[in-house]
Amino acid sequence: MKFEMEDVTVYFPYDHIYPEQYAYMLELKRSLDAKGHCLLEMPTGTGKTIALLSLITSYVLSKPHNPVKLLYCTRTVHEMEKTLAELKLLHTYQTTHLGDRAKILAVGLSSRKNLCVNPRVLAAENRDSVDASCRRLTATWVRAAAAANPNVPTCEFFEEYEKAGSSAVLPPGVYTLQDLRVYGKEKGWCPYFLARHMVQFANVVVYSYQYLLDPKVAGIISKEMQRESVVVFDEAHNIDNVCIEALSVSVRRQTLEGARRNLNKMRQEIEKFKATDAGRLRAEYNRLVEGLAQRGNLPISDTWLSNPALPDDILKEAVPGNIRRAEHFLHVLRRLVQYLEGRLETDNVEKEGPVAFVSSLNTHAGIDQKTLKFCYDRLHSLMLTLEVTDTDEFLHIQTICDFATLVGTYTRGFSIIIEPYDERMPHIPDPVLQLSCHDASLAIKPVFDRFQSVVITSGTLSPIDLYPRLLNFHPVVSRSFKMSLTRDCICPMVLTRGSDQLPVSTKFDMRSDLGVVRNYGRLLVEMASIVPDGIVCFFVSYSYMDGIVNSWNDNGILKEIMQHKLVFIETQDVVETTLALDNYRKACDCGRGAIFFSVARGKVAEGIDFDRHYGRLVIMFGVPFQYTLSKILLARLEYLRDTFQIKEGDFLTFDALRQAAQCVGRVIRSKADYGMMIFADKRYSRHDKRSKLPGWILSHLRDAHLNLSTDMALHIAREFLRKMAQPYDKAGSSSSKTLLSQEDVEKMSDANLNEMLY
Amino acid sequence: MATGHVIKRAKYKTTAKGSGTPGVLKMTENRIAFKPNDPTSAAKIDVEFRSIKGHKNTKEGSNNPPLLNLSLDQGGSYIFEFETFSDLHVCREFVANALARSGEAAKVKSREAVIATSDRSAVTYSDEQLSTAEMELRIKLLRENSELQKLHKQFVLGNILTESEFWATRKKLLDGDSGRKSKQLVGFKSSMILDTRPQTDGRTNKVTFNLTPEIKYQIFALKPAVQQAFLNLVPSKITERDFWTKYFRAEYLHSKKNAEAAAEAAEDEELAIFLKDDDILASEARRKIQRVDPTLDMEADQGDDYMHLPDHGIFRDGSKDTTESQHEQYKRTFLQDLNRQGEVVLEGRTIDVELDDPMSVAEALARSRRESDGNTKEERIDRISRMTEMEDLQAPYDHPFAPLCIKDPRDYFDSQQVNALKISDDTRAGAEQLRCSLSTEEAYSFLRGSISEIKATGLCAPIVKPEVALTVLNGLTQNISSTKYQLGKNVQESILDRMPLTTKEELLHHWISIQELLRHFWSSYPITTSYLYAKVSRLKDAMSKIYPQLEELKDSVPSDLRHQVFLLVRPMHQALDAAFQHYESDLQKRSAKSGEKPNGYI
Repeated sequence: MKFEMEDVTVYFPYDHIYPEQYAYMLELKRSLDAKGHCLLEMPTGTGKTIALLSLITSYVLSKPHNPVKLLYCTRTVHEMEKTLAELKLLHTYQTTHLGDRAKILAVGLSSRKNLCVNPRVLAAENRDSVDASCRRLTATWVRAAAAANPNVPTCEFFEEYEKAGSSAVLPPGVYTLQDLRVYGKEKGWCPYFLARHMVQFANVVVYSYQYLLDPKVAGIISKEMQRESVVVFDEAHNIDNVCIEALSVSVRRQTLEGARRNLNKMRQEIEKFKATDAGRLRAEYNRLVEGLAQRGNLPISDTWLSNPALPDDILKEAVPGNIRRAEHFLHVLRRLVQYLEGRLETDNVEKEGPVAFVSSLNTHAGIDQKTLKFCYDRLHSLMLTLEVTDTDEFLHIQTICDFATLVGTYTRGFSIIIEPYDERMPHIPDPVLQLSCHDASLAIKPVFDRFQSVVITSGTLSPIDLYPRLLNFHPVVSRSFKMSLTRDCICPMVLTRGSDQLPVSTKFDMRSDLGVVRNYGRLLVEMASIVPDGIVCFFVSYSYMDGIVNSWNDNGILKEIMQHKLVFIETQDVVETTLALDNYRKACDCGRGAIFFSVARGKVAEGIDFDRHYGRLVIMFGVPFQYTLSKILLARLEYLRDTFQIKEGDFLTFDALRQAAQCVGRVIRSKADYGMMIFADKRYSRHDKRSKLPGWILSHLRDAHLNLSTDMALHIAREFLRKMAQPYDKAGSSSSKTLLSQEDVEKMSDANLNEMLY
Repeated sequence: MATGHVIKRAKYKTTAKGSGTPGVLKMTENRIAFKPNDPTSAAKIDVEFRSIKGHKNTKEGSNNPPLLNLSLDQGGSYIFEFETFSDLHVCREFVANALARSGEAAKVKSREAVIATSDRSAVTYSDEQLSTAEMELRIKLLRENSELQKLHKQFVLGNILTESEFWATRKKLLDGDSGRKSKQLVGFKSSMILDTRPQTDGRTNKVTFNLTPEIKYQIFALKPAVQQAFLNLVPSKITERDFWTKYFRAEYLHSKKNAEAAAEAAEDEELAIFLKDDDILASEARRKIQRVDPTLDMEADQGDDYMHLPDHGIFRDGSKDTTESQHEQYKRTFLQDLNRQGEVVLEGRTIDVELDDPMSVAEALARSRRESDGNTKEERIDRISRMTEMEDLQAPYDHPFAPLCIKDPRDYFDSQQVNALKISDDTRAGAEQLRCSLSTEEAYSFLRGSISEIKATGLCAPIVKPEVALTVLNGLTQNISSTKYQLGKNVQESILDRMPLTTKEELLHHWISIQELLRHFWSSYPITTSYLYAKVSRLKDAMSKIYPQLEELKDSVPSDLRHQVFLLVRPMHQALDAAFQHYESDLQKRSAKSGEKPNGYI
């Protein structure tokens, strides 16, 4: 359908539109007009992605003098694929209605591992070795050697791509990763480098958060993006965690041992070069005297992760003199490693700020802050000079340099925590030195500064006023949308008591109580017998899930469950989990029905949808609080309290509840879908916990459903499922339209839009 | 069935408590005789089975001695005490068979309607040799369906139809059941080998596993490495028994999760096979991950996520669990087993061989593993596009299946009733109102027009406008729906329900029996054998008996209902009349023919 929204003609690929989608577009358009950032919460299952994509592309079409580039960030590769598929749908629609004028170039960008088509490289096991084996074939010096000696292997795809030169471009269209690979194979061009190249010209780029947030990656991938870009962070409820993870580094014994090996290897290399090719080292020295200004001009195949800190801070200064010579730099690193080794030999937990750490480093090892700051770039330069292609073998020393650079760059928002062993397993010594970032705004700041509009959107951003504080920015629009429902297609319930009327909870003191374990088991058995198709269960942690599944197995509950449905489980092995999920879907498709056990905060909870028959019921066993004894968490809470005046308890509850909401929100995808959500813990009935849930869940949580026992929940579930199985009128009754046709949209004014939504 | 005769030592008693008279019990096909050891004793019995009404016996394991109680037609009973329970069983069996036969025989002879209380005895008697399975099936069917049982009683036992004739028209019932049984492959149980728990004798530490071929097959299916090891080791290196002992030893060690397992495995290479990660599974996983649904491919994320650089990100905040992984090699967990189990259950049985020989099972499995490969790339792409579309925002999608729509039927009929009431009083005229006046030409041209339209545009959904379709449907089903509505809503409203219960039942029964008779009657024509001729005349007799019964029925009902009953009975009469007419004319033809051919066959 096609409709006018103020001065923009919006092309929407479906015949109907939800009123909240319309409202969402309107808010989005206003913030684009204002060239400011915005924060939008809209329930899952109301088509955020398509609304966003169609508004922004239509916005560009309506204002051709002001070409806006869209950088769409997803958390995972499969979400990237999904977004691109939706964009493809939209693009087809727009080109059929507008012709060539609507043609755009949209590419998905991922790592070499997901884009490479060279079978020799792909044989490598993980991402790092794929990167390394790619470099082994494409580095400039390798190619130079190959030119002289035809026996040196190179990558034919990269050679072809280089040969094509500037004519190697992608024709307009929407390219998923799969499409890129197919196109690359067909043309004989390397899809990875082609995509990297095309990112500059594309109208829409879809990639993962890290490409913008992690300075190591952002420095090389995203530096050419113009200011007139709209950056979208989808499913951004965890964005603060992504930000702090991007700037956190930990050093363990293995790291230091590996770093030592790396240093030895590098020393040998330097000795070799001194004997054979001393000129090269001298050239590097001269270059460093002039500063690192050449950094941006490396050939595309030689770059790898760039500086872990914000690049702008560094580019302006020259490398300090004491590390310009390769041997000197190695000495500095050696001293650094030695110092860290000394610090790891502690019996107590230690915690200090970066400033104290740097000054103690200065007194004990004689390395000053400025030297530290340049470690990463100096290492980078040295490795290029030494023509190191096996980058995956030098990860340890890279980690050390990351650490050094971060600790040398930031004076606040970080702390260094040294723990001699894991709290939960004090008998196993496993010392670790962690540089942990507490301030999410540090990593995202350059994004807010650089781009004119940043859109942060998700199904769960409650409470919505907390995010601007955590990320330290000022949105022009900050709005939370409710869901207008044709029928009550979600049914949240709080289950506080088990079948024996005793309270259930995963509170620490009740967690291992056999009665609670049994009550949870009975709940699942009963539900498995009445709910059709798929059920998803979320537990608070892997260890809890492992324990409870084992005890269910021991007392026969698991067997009872399996009489009704097959059981699949998320494990820490990603491949295994992916296959389990695939089988879960198969079981739901074929009608056998299945249960998926998963973990809140796990990978499945983050990115997998359990829509339609893949999830008719989701049970959240317990409240997924973070492990509160963690030193890192305590340090972060302290920082939040001191800097942003956020109370510890509030933050913990907020964090737990957003995870819970995230878990249960995965069951619904559109208004035609339906699902139940059970919060199985007595603590959910308390107002301070419950009120942190997103509004769209709260508005369906009836008072009668706040304090249920298993039998009552069962009764409600039966009724609900029967009601939902009846056919209904999709457009909603005449008084409250939940599905708008083109006609409705044209007739609509702002006033009755609001009426419709609230 | 009959073994001729049985002779057993037994004591004859008049009461269960008494001491009884020792002697010999001799049973032949239709007589039962007891000769006391003491020839002077008065307790001599010699009766026909015909006079025996039933039998009872004590249960094995109870405190009572093995007693058999034969009750007599005229009242009273004979009680025999046997020496052992096995004697008792033999005799009981014999008595049961003999009773059944004699009962049948008695009925046949006297044509009395002494019908066995249980239909079991009736069914077992037949002129064809039936397998016990088939017999049981028939008995089961009769027991489940009381209507069928009634018919059976009336016609087969009434000697109007023979057993085989009766069942011949119900072949489907018999076939359907047995066919289903044999063809459908039973899948795996969801809980599979979770069920294999050992038995302990409680005193020693020894445990016993009961391995059925089924369990072995499941183990092979679940663990390709075990299957591979079985093929490699048995019987060349170790025996099958040792193999399984080792396997369970390994399972036990694994469940203990300690250093002992590692130590023991290090010494014993065969044991190690069971404990190690399954290489075959791992390679299969790698193959499968290639064609997994891209919307849940988390493996791809790992390749993209720069957080997975070692030592980057937050290492120890409690969200990531650290497990004790000292024996990395043997870290297979229970959770992984569950996943594997689900996968195997979903795959279902891939082989179709006898499960008795584990060797052939193992080989077949190995073969089927190699074969399973297919191209699913297109399906992958198709899936992702399906996952992204929002179904309710666009016109309905063409699914290859009809969407499930469970609706309370009463809703429909309720709404129909409203319609019906609206036009209620001009009753049948309601239909007329809808009728439009169309001349033949107009209708024809309209039809042509729509055909050419379809030719031009193709069939487009919906072919008929939903509103039009609904009106037509309403018009057509109005009658049904109102009757249905009344039936469902108000018991008293229906014609049948307004009658006295006995009349209603009688009517229904007559209707069913007439149908049954007519079916047989018409299927017997043309009459080619004397057997058919006999059958037809039998059927005709039976029908002519029903005829007056119907008349009686009509007269017996109260006058206010008589008209309705008349309406109901009329079609029955008509059907019967038609049959009689046919019978008569056929008879005339036949007699005319037989006049020409005096020795011709009938």
